[in-house]
Amino acid sequence: MKILFVITLLVFQLSAWAAPMENFKFDSAEQEKIFHKLSEELRCLVCQNQAIAESNADLAKDLRKEIHGMLLAGDTEEQIKEFMVDRYGDYVLYDPPFKPMTWLLWFAPIVVFAIGIVFARRFILQQNTTPAPDELSSEELQRIKDLQMAVKMSDQNKKNDDANQESQS
Amino acid sequence: MTEIKQNKSMMQRFMPLIIFGLLVVLLAVGLTMDPRLVPSPLIGKPVPTFELPLLNKEGVFSDKDLKGQITLVNVWASWCYVCRQEHEVVTQLVRSGLRVVGFNYKDKKPDAMAWLQQLGNPYEVVVVDSDGRAAIDWGVYGAPESFLVDQQGIIRHKVIGAVSDQDNFDDLMAAIKKVQGNNL
Repeated sequence: MKILFVITLLVFQLSAWAAPMENFKFDSAEQEKIFHKLSEELRCLVCQNQAIAESNADLAKDLRKEIHGMLLAGDTEEQIKEFMVDRYGDYVLYDPPFKPMTWLLWFAPIVVFAIGIVFARRFILQQNTTPAPDELSSEELQRIKDLQMAVKMSDQNKKNDDANQESQS
Repeated sequence: MTEIKQNKSMMQRFMPLIIFGLLVVLLAVGLTMDPRLVPSPLIGKPVPTFELPLLNKEGVFSDKDLKGQITLVNVWASWCYVCRQEHEVVTQLVRSGLRVVGFNYKDKKPDAMAWLQQLGNPYEVVVVDSDGRAAIDWGVYGAPESFLVDQQGIIRHKVIGAVSDQDNFDDLMAAIKKVQGNNL
């Protein structure tokens, strides 16, 4: 158990070491905040599932240097993003921008969800409705009529019997 | 009436299969695409302004020097293994009359010189971008990459990877033909 704990510690320590960050100096805390935000949001194109902040690739290092330089030169977060998109395309952004080209990307989950709701609703309604009784066949109708007739007749007979008994007494 | 009912239930029964089929097609198409090929936003735009020193002679080379002729800007480095593989085809392109400018990317000067000495130097000139700063303006994210620039200095096509790759080569040839056609 203890060994496991030590191994876990070691592994996490290693991953902490792996985070490649140069010791950049900034003019203000605000600049440093933007720097970290941007390097988390921008994709390293060589190692595509890493942000610029995480990557050890040469290009990521160069881009971090570039962002740092631009921040010191007074560029805003938006200007730096635009700079990157102008050169590497929207792909460099982890969050794709909202524009006609990407509407499908943004709306597809909502559309799929809506379709799911429609199907689910239909399914549930189908489960709830008891099947409508089928129309009775003419034979069955006839049988009902016969039975009704029989009941009537027996009633009639009973009445007649009662009347007879009364008159006799 | 009963036939319609039956058709509907048939549809309903096969709906999951149909949806599954569509998904398979969608994912299969996705698998054939290479996520490493990032389309360049620079196509159709003028080349970025730059002024870089030359590798094997005095002087500088700037974006203005690219104008006037259809030019292939070939990004390479001595540390790039695939650049070695495409070198032969780059040489052939030059022999066939295409102007090719070498763009030495994040390399050490002696290494680059030795590379050219060993394999031969097909380039009209080789510009040196040792820190990779100019390459950022070109949207370079690896080597080799090649840009086809027309007479007006507009980027017309980008090859990501080796030009010796058959698909890349065919695309490049088609792009060259198109650029030549536009200017006849």
